[in-house]
Amino acid sequence: MQIRARENFDRTFRMIFRATGFLVIAVLGGIFIMLLYNSIAFFVKVSPWDFITGTQWNPSGRAASYGMLPLLVSTGIVTLGAMIIAVPLGIGTAAFISEYAKPGLKNILKPAIEMLAAVPSVAIGFLGIVIVGPGIAKITGQSNGLNALNGAILLAVMALPTIITVAEDAIHAVPRTYREASYGVGASRWQTLIHITIPAAAPGIIAAVMLGVGRAIGETMTVLMATGNVAAFPRGFFHSVRTITSTIAIEMGEVPYQTTHYFALFAIATVLFILTLAVNLIGEYFVNRFRKFQAA
Amino acid sequence: MSEEKIKLSCSGLNLWFGKKQVLKNISIGFPENKVTALIGPSGCGKSTLLRCFNRMHDLNPDTRIEGKLLLDSEDLYNRAISVTQVRKRVGMVFQKANPFPKSIYENINYGLKINGIPSAERPAIVESAIKESFLWEEVRDELKKPATRLSGGQQQRLCIARTVALRPEVILMDEPCSALDPISTLKIEELIRKLKEHYTIVIVTHNMQQAQRVADKTVFMYLGEVIEEGVTDSVFNRPEKELTRNYISGYFG
Repeated sequence: MQIRARENFDRTFRMIFRATGFLVIAVLGGIFIMLLYNSIAFFVKVSPWDFITGTQWNPSGRAASYGMLPLLVSTGIVTLGAMIIAVPLGIGTAAFISEYAKPGLKNILKPAIEMLAAVPSVAIGFLGIVIVGPGIAKITGQSNGLNALNGAILLAVMALPTIITVAEDAIHAVPRTYREASYGVGASRWQTLIHITIPAAAPGIIAAVMLGVGRAIGETMTVLMATGNVAAFPRGFFHSVRTITSTIAIEMGEVPYQTTHYFALFAIATVLFILTLAVNLIGEYFVNRFRKFQAA
Repeated sequence: MSEEKIKLSCSGLNLWFGKKQVLKNISIGFPENKVTALIGPSGCGKSTLLRCFNRMHDLNPDTRIEGKLLLDSEDLYNRAISVTQVRKRVGMVFQKANPFPKSIYENINYGLKINGIPSAERPAIVESAIKESFLWEEVRDELKKPATRLSGGQQQRLCIARTVALRPEVILMDEPCSALDPISTLKIEELIRKLKEHYTIVIVTHNMQQAQRVADKTVFMYLGEVIEEGVTDSVFNRPEKELTRNYISGYFG
């Protein structure tokens, strides 16, 4: 009797957890279908080619134009800038924590970095307006510092915890025997790190960067607050830009329901979705390769 | 045995991991161009002792070492000598073959590069090191392949080649055959006998037959102390201490 009850209990919970698992997949699929469904309504009116290659985003003008290239390039510039800052810093920090830091320092650094990830993006946005922006304005002599560089710096701050944590795990997981072999032939710590440990951890580090990119592409609130939001075609780091995410956030609240403009926002959201999905899949791929390498 | 020159030695060596004393007042010498085997039950400090001689314990901040360790007449722990110099002169082969995740060629080239040997000289050194390790016939056409594709025995010989390439004076081997099948083991032993013409070799082993097959001298350790040392033949056939006799006849260990 007792055994029967236990088996039932087991079965019930297995079903519940299976259901939640499938629910996640269903939600993901549902979002994609919803985006796609509304995008199709948009592409009936505007050709996909014009949408992708158009250099002007002006949906509310008299002759509305829906070229998403400026938004795509804005997102690209801000993300690229963020990675230029965050990747070397992140890998360097990860290597320091894993290879050089004494246990005491490590115990402070690791939780501190994880806490950085918990800072709400709005708060980081304030940082951009109050500190980074005026700083950039002062250096460049512009009237304000709300531009792509500002966004990139803030996104770097936000992507750093992800990059550091994942890269640190990867570096830490490199078998001790590799390091010993390297020290054994007379290599210094630095030589071992550069020639042996980091190359061995490369798949994990690439995964870390990809996850960082995913975080940066999708981030909305900070870029909305810090980049100035000018929908003109971006001309560089010192100009205001408007990313895909901030465009959706700004315009969605104002747009009349089920107009072309309304559907256009779903279309750019679809592009964003595909972009982040691709980046995450690439990251996953490298994480898996990394796991295989560890097992070998 | 009387005229032999001592290449590597320690005297009054004590070592602690944290509060635990692992090596107790050890004084021994390893004769030049001979193979010395360190035997004893697990945890008796053989590997720990071995690692003192190329300063592998430097990496662990919990370790405290006391005593004098000499290579010829130079103090290995003298602050004026860099640890990388020590490790170049005292090479090490580890228990588990640990080739780098690189090509066969790069595995040997790396050590040369690190130690500043001009790139023009490296290919010849790599080749001769692989030949010395009796691996050349098996890998001559595959130098670009990843070292991890080699069999366990081949990997271990590659690791020996990697050590030999640096022309060390001493080679430390920490149970180099413990993960290998008998045939690979035999090849490594044959290699060890050849290598002693040029190098002083210290080998830690759990395998008594192996010690008898390759070692000129044998040191028996127990609980961090040297119990008995001497010519291999006499340690195994006419042990002086009760403990040694019990260990080699398999009463414990």
